[in-house]
Amino acid sequence: MTPEPVDPSGGRQTGNGAGLFRSHPEGTGSRGSRILGTIVLIATAAFLFVALVASPADTESENAMGDMVRIMYVHVPAAVACYLAFFVTAVGSIGYLWKRTEGWDLLAAASAEVGVVFTALTLVTGSIWGHIAWGTWWEWDARLTSTLVMFLVYIGYLALRSAIVDPVVRAKRSAIVGVVAFVNVPIVHYSVEWWRSLHQGPTISRFDPTIDGLKLFALLFGMVLGILVFLWLLMHRFRMQYAAARLEARGLDLALAERRAEGAPVSGFTGSTDATTEKEAVR
Amino acid sequence: MPEQSSGVAVAFADARLVAAKDLRVEWRSRVVLSQLVPFAILVLVLFGFALDPDRTVLERATPGLFWLAVLFSTVLALQRAFSVESADGVTDALRLSGLDPAGIFLGKAAGIAVQLLLLQVVLLAGVSLFYGATPHGPVLMVSTCLAATVGLASVGSIYGVLSAGLRVRDSLLPLLLLPILAPVLIAATQAFTAAYERTSGEGWRWFALLGVFACLYLAIGIFAFDQLLEES
Repeated sequence: MTPEPVDPSGGRQTGNGAGLFRSHPEGTGSRGSRILGTIVLIATAAFLFVALVASPADTESENAMGDMVRIMYVHVPAAVACYLAFFVTAVGSIGYLWKRTEGWDLLAAASAEVGVVFTALTLVTGSIWGHIAWGTWWEWDARLTSTLVMFLVYIGYLALRSAIVDPVVRAKRSAIVGVVAFVNVPIVHYSVEWWRSLHQGPTISRFDPTIDGLKLFALLFGMVLGILVFLWLLMHRFRMQYAAARLEARGLDLALAERRAEGAPVSGFTGSTDATTEKEAVR
Repeated sequence: MPEQSSGVAVAFADARLVAAKDLRVEWRSRVVLSQLVPFAILVLVLFGFALDPDRTVLERATPGLFWLAVLFSTVLALQRAFSVESADGVTDALRLSGLDPAGIFLGKAAGIAVQLLLLQVVLLAGVSLFYGATPHGPVLMVSTCLAATVGLASVGSIYGVLSAGLRVRDSLLPLLLLPILAPVLIAATQAFTAAYERTSGEGWRWFALLGVFACLYLAIGIFAFDQLLEES
């Protein structure tokens, strides 16, 4: 085995992961995402300190939650991030229907993926909260129920994306689902709320510990951090989607070239480049 | 603008053509009559088995069971309606025919709505017979059925075309469709409950929700069908 010649340009092509900040040229990291990632990392450490150590337990409010109030510092930011993510998906979908460019579609897809993760986190932390506050893992509370329905809708969105092979058809159909799914969120929310208010009084008060001082700071800090984490994940998932699309296209081009080579071994056949540009134009 | 009004007229004429075509196909194959209606009745019987033939439980749960049966049958009706299409490349033919996309959407939705209404008549007779629930408030019930059906048919037509031509269509369609239809199930069930319990005033609020839902998805379908037909 001959050793690979060392690349003088800083080894960016090697992609062997040597060095913390060196990455594959076609990887999903960039200077911007690494800076953001570092900020997120430091902020997370600070957030954990504030949320778990510095901020006091809830002892003053009527249904004192004690240390359990700390779940809220994760639950509320996750909920904020998942609504933001699905909003970005809707924006990406509308952008695609308007401009018909790949980027909008990939943005919608990446945001939906991250949003589903945050929704799952919201549901799990909400359920743990419910177990402590209400004594049951699941309560047919309006917010919890409509979040679950939203979760299922976006799982359907991702399932649709993975079911369609043709990128243009996939982009168009999922853009429409992306818009419809977002329009549906308030309808589900209000119908579930009405439905619940019919059978019992106003829903059990979910969250009324006295929020002030460090507790308020922890909550707001968590929200900012949640949005930053969302943006960081979004950047990576977006580049991931982009790389996957390139790989798909390259595989197609290779296969086409192979078939053409089989079919027309003689004469200077130039159809390949035409077909490629044509395909690009379709995109 | 005169052109605008004639455009709307054309859309409705096209809708009538498409609906008539779908219903003619349906009448000749009689799949709804020979499979869907028996299936819906079967679902009612199975609910009876699941909840024990205890008349009080069944009677109390009648509105919900009725609309669940309608929802399941809607999925089947849609799968049937759009598999007929994609198998013979009818979607492409419709596109080439130069019909107005909004008209095609309205026609498809109308065709499905007629089938669903027929199904609801049978189901209503079924719940009265099996569960002993005597219907009250005919105005509220009929309005609820109409508004819910428009909502079901328009969402169904959008998602039917969306999942047409996919290999995993049969499992994907219910996953996409049913969460979107959750508000219809809630609202229609509550409106029926109000009708059965003779508290119609409460029910009209739910009817309003159904109306809003139906109008919203009709509008989305009219504007989006152009896009959907283009590439399917």
